Amino acid sequence: MIDEHYTLYLLAGAALFVTGFHGLVSMPHLLKKILAVNIMSSGAALVFIALAARTPGSVPDPIPHAMVLTGIVVAVCGTGLALALADRVQAANGKAELDDTDDEEGGV
Amino acid sequence: MRLCWLNNALCLALLALLGWAVLELPETPRGLTEPALARLPDSGVSNPVTAALLNYRAHDTLLEIAVFLVAIVGVWSLREDRVARVDLRERPLVLSLLRLVLPVLVVAGGYLLWIGSFAPGGAFQGGALLGGALVLLLLTGLDGRALKRERWLRVGLTLGLVVFVGVGGGVMLLTGRLLEYPRASAGNWILIIEAAALVSIGLTLGGLFLGGRPAVEDDAPPTSEKPAHD
Repeated sequence: MIDEHYTLYLLAGAALFVTGFHGLVSMPHLLKKILAVNIMSSGAALVFIALAARTPGSVPDPIPHAMVLTGIVVAVCGTGLALALADRVQAANGKAELDDTDDEEGGV
Repeated sequence: MRLCWLNNALCLALLALLGWAVLELPETPRGLTEPALARLPDSGVSNPVTAALLNYRAHDTLLEIAVFLVAIVGVWSLREDRVARVDLRERPLVLSLLRLVLPVLVVAGGYLLWIGSFAPGGAFQGGALLGGALVLLLLTGLDGRALKRERWLRVGLTLGLVVFVGVGGGVMLLTGRLLEYPRASAGNWILIIEAAALVSIGLTLGGLFLGGRPAVEDDAPPTSEKPAHD
């Protein structure tokens, strides 16, 4: 068992990640899926920051901080690209949802 | 629905797995604080996070700048978007707000870039402010003349990656290794890279907010529309 103080943050990060994952799988609307991925990345960042804070030393571990910064940036870029893709799906399908009826028919 | 139950069960299992993983972490983590701080005097900056971003793990940040470029190229190839045009003379309040806020945002962005070498800050934080300034411009409908000069926009968007690769390759001539700056001048090289990255990050964030390649419009005043023939 690790230091109680950081357990809350670590567990909250894991819970956020799973919440986002659940939304990513269960919600058909693409905008909600994009938001879900962002929630997942927030959860991962929370875990990293908590890990950085619990390393011994005078300052928090700078390496996870740098990695979280990288992760935020990649998430922002991915979100921007995903939104543009979702808009194209909306323009092509008339709705911002992936059409999965083809798979069911083709799978038989 | 069966799939719904499957997803719930999967997520519970994932939660249990991740919870177990964070609870089973070693009690005394070693971390990288010590080596990171020990080599800080050699890194050219005194902020350990900036040192990690632009010296210890510079390859990581180089690819991150490349991600910016890939994202904006992807967005540009997917959509084209028109910059809303509003005559700000009709909205004096917005104009005076912009006059007050925009210079502050730009100066604060530069300040964050500068203090990044010894305090929390850096190109990403500064770039976020510049991106915010661009978003403000786009939202208030200021005629995006700068966004229409696509050649310069492209130069700005690629500047960060070009300079980063140029410096990273250039220091190979001096030290023999990719992205290994000479110790005496490491701080300067990092500042050069960050300044270029600041411009690209700000422009990319603004461009991602626009959500498409800026539509090219001619600047001629709108002529009276001809009646449609049908």
